[in-house]
Amino acid sequence: MIRKKVTIDGNEAAAYVAFRTNEVIAIYPITPSSNMGEWCDAWAAENKKNIWGETPSVAELQSEGGASGAVHGALQTGALTTTFTASQGLLLMIPNMFKIAGELTSTVFHVSARAIAAQALSIFGDHSDVMSTRSTGFAMLSSNSVQEVMDFALISQAATLEARVPFLHFFDGFRTSHEVMKIEQLTEDDMRAMVTDEMVFAHRQRALTPDAPVLRGTAQNPDVYFQGRETVNPFYNVCPDIVQAQMDKFAQLTGRQYHLFDYFGAPDAERVVIMMGSGAEAAEETVEYLMAQGEKVGLLKVHLYRPFSINHFIDALPKTVKILSILDRTKEPGAAGEPLYLDVVNAISERYNEGTLPFAYPKIVGGRYGLSSKEFTPAMIKAVYDEAKKDKPKNHYTVGINDDVTHSSLEFDPNFSVEDPSTFCGMFYGLGADGTVGANKNSIKIIGEGTDFYAQGYFVYDSKKSGSTTVSHLRFGPKKLRSTYLVNRAQFIACHVQVFLEKMDMLKDAVEGATFLLNTKATKDDVWNSLPMTVQKDLIQKKMKFYIIDAYKVADEVGLGGRINSIMQTCFFAISKILPKEEAIGMIKTAIKKTYGAKGDKIVQMNFDAVDKTLANLFEIEVPAEVTSTTVLKPFVPAEAPEFIQEVTGQIIGGFGDSIPVSKMPIDGTYPTDTAKWEKRNIALEVPVWDPAVCIQCNKCVLVCPHAAIRAKIYDEGLTSGAPATFKAVKFKAKDFGDNLSYSLQVAVEDCTGCGLCVDVCPAKNKQETRLKAINMADQLPIRESEAANWEFFLNLPEFDRTKLNVGAVKDSQFLQPLFEFSGACSGCGETPYVKLVSQLFGDRAIVANATGCSSIYGGNLPTTPWAKNKDGRGPAWSNSLFEDNAEFGFGFRLAIDKHNEQAKTILMKLSAELGDRLVLDLVNAQQIDEAGIYEQRQRVVALKSKIEELLQAGSDKKADLEHLLSLADYLVKKSVWIMGGDGWAYDIGYGGLDHVLASGKNVNVLVLDTEVYSNTGGQCSKSTPRGAVAKFAAGGKPMGKKDLGLMAMTYGNVYVAKVAMGANDAHTVKTFLEAEAYDGPSLIIAYSHCIAHGINMETGMKNQKAAVDSGHWQLYRYNPDTAREGKNPFRLDSKGIKIPFKDYAYLETRYKMLTKSHPEMAARLIEEAQKDVTDRYKMYEQMASDKAE
Amino acid sequence: MDLKTKYLGLELKNPIIPSAGPLSADINTIKQMEDAGAAAVVLYSLFEEQIEHEALEIYHHTSKVADSSAEATSYFAEPIDYKAGPEDYLKHIQKIKETTNLPVIASLNGKSLGGWTEYAKQIQQAGADALELNIYRLATDFNQSSLDIEKTYLDIVRAVRNEVTLPISVKLGPFFSSVAWMAKELEKAGANGLVLFNRFYQPDIDLDTLEVVPNVLLSTPMAMRLPLRWIAMLYGRVNVDLAATSGIYNEKDVVKMVMAGAQVTQVLSCLLKFGVGHIADMLTRLNYWLEANEYESLDQMRGSMSYKNVADPAQFERANYMKVLHSYK
Repeated sequence: MIRKKVTIDGNEAAAYVAFRTNEVIAIYPITPSSNMGEWCDAWAAENKKNIWGETPSVAELQSEGGASGAVHGALQTGALTTTFTASQGLLLMIPNMFKIAGELTSTVFHVSARAIAAQALSIFGDHSDVMSTRSTGFAMLSSNSVQEVMDFALISQAATLEARVPFLHFFDGFRTSHEVMKIEQLTEDDMRAMVTDEMVFAHRQRALTPDAPVLRGTAQNPDVYFQGRETVNPFYNVCPDIVQAQMDKFAQLTGRQYHLFDYFGAPDAERVVIMMGSGAEAAEETVEYLMAQGEKVGLLKVHLYRPFSINHFIDALPKTVKILSILDRTKEPGAAGEPLYLDVVNAISERYNEGTLPFAYPKIVGGRYGLSSKEFTPAMIKAVYDEAKKDKPKNHYTVGINDDVTHSSLEFDPNFSVEDPSTFCGMFYGLGADGTVGANKNSIKIIGEGTDFYAQGYFVYDSKKSGSTTVSHLRFGPKKLRSTYLVNRAQFIACHVQVFLEKMDMLKDAVEGATFLLNTKATKDDVWNSLPMTVQKDLIQKKMKFYIIDAYKVADEVGLGGRINSIMQTCFFAISKILPKEEAIGMIKTAIKKTYGAKGDKIVQMNFDAVDKTLANLFEIEVPAEVTSTTVLKPFVPAEAPEFIQEVTGQIIGGFGDSIPVSKMPIDGTYPTDTAKWEKRNIALEVPVWDPAVCIQCNKCVLVCPHAAIRAKIYDEGLTSGAPATFKAVKFKAKDFGDNLSYSLQVAVEDCTGCGLCVDVCPAKNKQETRLKAINMADQLPIRESEAANWEFFLNLPEFDRTKLNVGAVKDSQFLQPLFEFSGACSGCGETPYVKLVSQLFGDRAIVANATGCSSIYGGNLPTTPWAKNKDGRGPAWSNSLFEDNAEFGFGFRLAIDKHNEQAKTILMKLSAELGDRLVLDLVNAQQIDEAGIYEQRQRVVALKSKIEELLQAGSDKKADLEHLLSLADYLVKKSVWIMGGDGWAYDIGYGGLDHVLASGKNVNVLVLDTEVYSNTGGQCSKSTPRGAVAKFAAGGKPMGKKDLGLMAMTYGNVYVAKVAMGANDAHTVKTFLEAEAYDGPSLIIAYSHCIAHGINMETGMKNQKAAVDSGHWQLYRYNPDTAREGKNPFRLDSKGIKIPFKDYAYLETRYKMLTKSHPEMAARLIEEAQKDVTDRYKMYEQMASDKAE
Repeated sequence: MDLKTKYLGLELKNPIIPSAGPLSADINTIKQMEDAGAAAVVLYSLFEEQIEHEALEIYHHTSKVADSSAEATSYFAEPIDYKAGPEDYLKHIQKIKETTNLPVIASLNGKSLGGWTEYAKQIQQAGADALELNIYRLATDFNQSSLDIEKTYLDIVRAVRNEVTLPISVKLGPFFSSVAWMAKELEKAGANGLVLFNRFYQPDIDLDTLEVVPNVLLSTPMAMRLPLRWIAMLYGRVNVDLAATSGIYNEKDVVKMVMAGAQVTQVLSCLLKFGVGHIADMLTRLNYWLEANEYESLDQMRGSMSYKNVADPAQFERANYMKVLHSYK
């Protein structure tokens, strides 16, 4: 049978089989496995069928714990059920995994294996998660490539039904889950042949049913639990043979023969590496190369890791083996060795002890590699084989890093390569938003499906959400591709954004004679002189071919704006000549039609026009013989940055993080704050420019700036002497603080992302030209240097005295220094203005617990953090525990701080005589209800510390108490605990904990940055998602209404609850934050946060916020228990009524509008129901607000 | 009383038709129109530009954020079966045809010549009884002469005429150097009817925000003077059906327009103001007026006050300019 060749990634390959061989699918998003659930949800929404002609039920749960519970339940009631997860998500499934296995239940969990958060979170791939499930009783089957993912998804499904042992089918996160490869697609006939009806009947027959009732899930006592646990042994004993039999059956169907352990290498190999996962592909490629050099090497690829079949394992090894090198992609601190290593040691030892080892006892060494998707290259693999040659090879080594602390690492030659010259390798540098990755995915499909070539694509993104760089690594060729590592010998390099050349040495990976394609605004005549020196040198020395195109011009001409994907793709095919030009263009157009056909003829035509116009704008440039440029790469961080920033942060910024040795890394995951300021990203093409003549000094622009890149200061006149010539200052219009103050509004043009929110909210208009406001966007480049100098001068102007400001007013609040600046959040982010406001109002005494999500990524993803410090060195302390436990994590902060405070007060009272009664009483009774109160308490603490030092020096006999008090004295100043996160956390996975913490009565401040969707993982539906909105996992529009989190919290009566939307009422937002923080108990602020996942113009996001409020969808209110204590109604509805129909707001946003295009009738019904939701809820709140207090 | 009339080849029971506007977007309102006695309905306009805009908007918002983050390679669940074209509009036509007996006159505002013809074909296939070309175009290009503009109008009508067999009318604005010449040329290009006149919305200035705001005002009875004159001028002198629109509020307005030469009168502002049931009131009063004034049918009076048939045709021409001003004093 000829099967279809498809070019897909590992996640799609797994989902393809899982969807067709299951009846129930319970899902929850987590990177990098989310896509599997997304595929299944999308297919279900399209009513696609499984092999029994039914559409599987796809249900999203509130957490992975919930998903695994639902899986367990569905399995117990007889449905073929699956789920997808990774990392922390898999850990949350462990309790149910024990149950499912203990009950001998057939299922397959598909896992894109990912690192577990330890000293830091990492979304990238390794085996830490799957190794944590070894004891659950799940069988574990490892796929090493995209083809294997599809094949093993089916083999494991068949095997689990036959064996009654549940399976964990895993493959490497990102390297396999996101690698796009050309593979052979299994047919539904293949699936039917492997998963027989008899297997299904048997599974169904074990279901719980009242028609034949049984009891399962008993509690057992010491007398029988043990025996009961041993009953499953026979099933595990035969499981490996069952898997092998299914593999053999599969081979008969498809011709692809797999074994539990697949050996590749010399039949007489002496040095054998044992490993599993994607790295084995690169190892196989390396072994082939080394064998050709005459080396006696081999590789044992582990597929069935659990149950670990010693017999199959020993049989698979060559009898000539002398040393086994076992590579684990995980770390178990304190263990005698990593898991696979220990299993091998045990297997060899057992067989040796039995006297049945068919070869001499070999040396066995183990090593760790590839944690968190660390590159694992042939160079590293060769180092492993070379190490095995030594008389005394290292054991428990690492490879791929420089461990200069415990010296575990193997050295390797980075120049070693086994790339086949017949394989085409290309690298494409693009901007996140320009379509480069999408175009390359299309190119791979075109080549993969239009030629006999093998094709592979892998995509690397930086960790910023705005102005991010993407690098696409593409390989094509006649030979099977096993290079599971980045391209570093490129025949083709494309730079889609010229400014990247200033920041990175892009051509270092080019081979001699390679081609360089540059998207540039420079002309044919000018382009050479626009290149940095290193680029010119490489072009000359490597005898490269050089092409240019102004893709932005072409895109503009055809109406595509910044989307240059089709243009650059056409250039690539035209230059690379992988396919005949006409054929390639025909295939590009077919791909365009396929990709955009459903989105409208106009989109297709624009892309066709782009393709047609490209060739006329593509020019080959003759490379001159001489280097003319004097431009060198900029330093990654300025010279004045601290040592750590230079040696670690700067290296990461520059793309050299891989070379940072262990000794330079913080030992416990603790990093300095106040570092984003060193990373001058210069990503905005346009930045705001202040016009003081028009400005009314309202500071609204400062409030809404998501990146704290526009700031206002008032300061004494006269301080501007010595200012740069272009520095702007005017008289401060308000007289609140006297007549002699200057006002400056300054933009950090190198940190601004150019979102334009500030311009949109500016209320002041130029009286001569109403198109102009008090701030207007202008090109960044011409003013970059002068404004950078102005920014520096501005920073050095003194901050205005906080104690004098009326911080309850928007204007004054924005004279407070932001201690959250220049984050990597999306341009125009709707969350960060709230976070920044917290940092301004309370940052110098705040401690932040941050749930995993967007805010933890833009807040804490290396290289830098936006959390900053003031001149006194104070600022928010920040940490992220997990996604699900954030409320409890912050609650823990509160308990500790309160205990420290209590202890300090106890000692104070005890030592009152020595310390001075007046000081002690003032310290203990300090009100600290405003900035002045805080300031005074800080002064008292200074006095206290000084007094303690004095007493200690005088030899006081209260030394122990005094020293305790000294270490606790700072806790006498009020600390503000902030628990932050998105709606995915607060409404779903963390709700149980949040509810408990709110019920505790403790003084914590919870800020929910409500985007009504899981933003960080790509827009999955949460319980906050409103009815009628389209989200992933709700592809057909969310049919249920939005959860009313605020109302639920209000039922406790002692929780301060508020909903705010800065774009609708900024004064309300500021007032609410102050009230919430001042409330001596739990506070919950739910903040409407516009988001790119809404499909809106981010520069006018504040208008969407206003529309949300005007429609009544988002009510502004405050519930203040303190008011109730005064005998008044604690609930106050601050919205001013419903002013527009819900649809007038909703249809401003793509998330609602797209449903009218995909499911118009459903859209019409849901929008009507959503209107009712809004009206009913609003009426209820009006009623609550009108209630008289008792 | 015989109120029957023919318009665009359609046999209509009376001359009152709701004109293109928001009311026709709702099937229930259309049913109410039928119940109130409307003779036909002109649907709201299908705007090619709007369809393109919506498609581009969704494309822009879904694609600009795709593939920019390792965690989120996209932000939307993208349906494969996507209706980015005029599907809603076409389905609406079909539904009206299925659920009412009203003749349906679709209204189209194209952008490109290809758009005009393609959508016209699809409208015909969907079952519309006639097509009104809403050539809503403000001439603001300094490089475009009046000749160029007139040619554009004629090219559109010719192109659509070549593609569909449906009767077509053209809804015109009043701003032509020669309305009479234009009417004749449109007839030659293949138009079966002219709708006089389109009212271009006129934006306002908001003094608080210093923004230009699209402030839509309903037409007032005064607005009917312009179409009244031109229908009277054209009646019997061009071989197309004439439809009057703008400022028609009551039965007397209908009578005046028919006397001037209109086959039908299109109403919207009065329906927005008084509700769809106003059609029934107008028809009752029209019957009463005709009976009271001893008319036998509408046809009897049609064109009786047109330029062609009136005692003093100069009253319709510019020659009476001074007289009008004088009478105002």
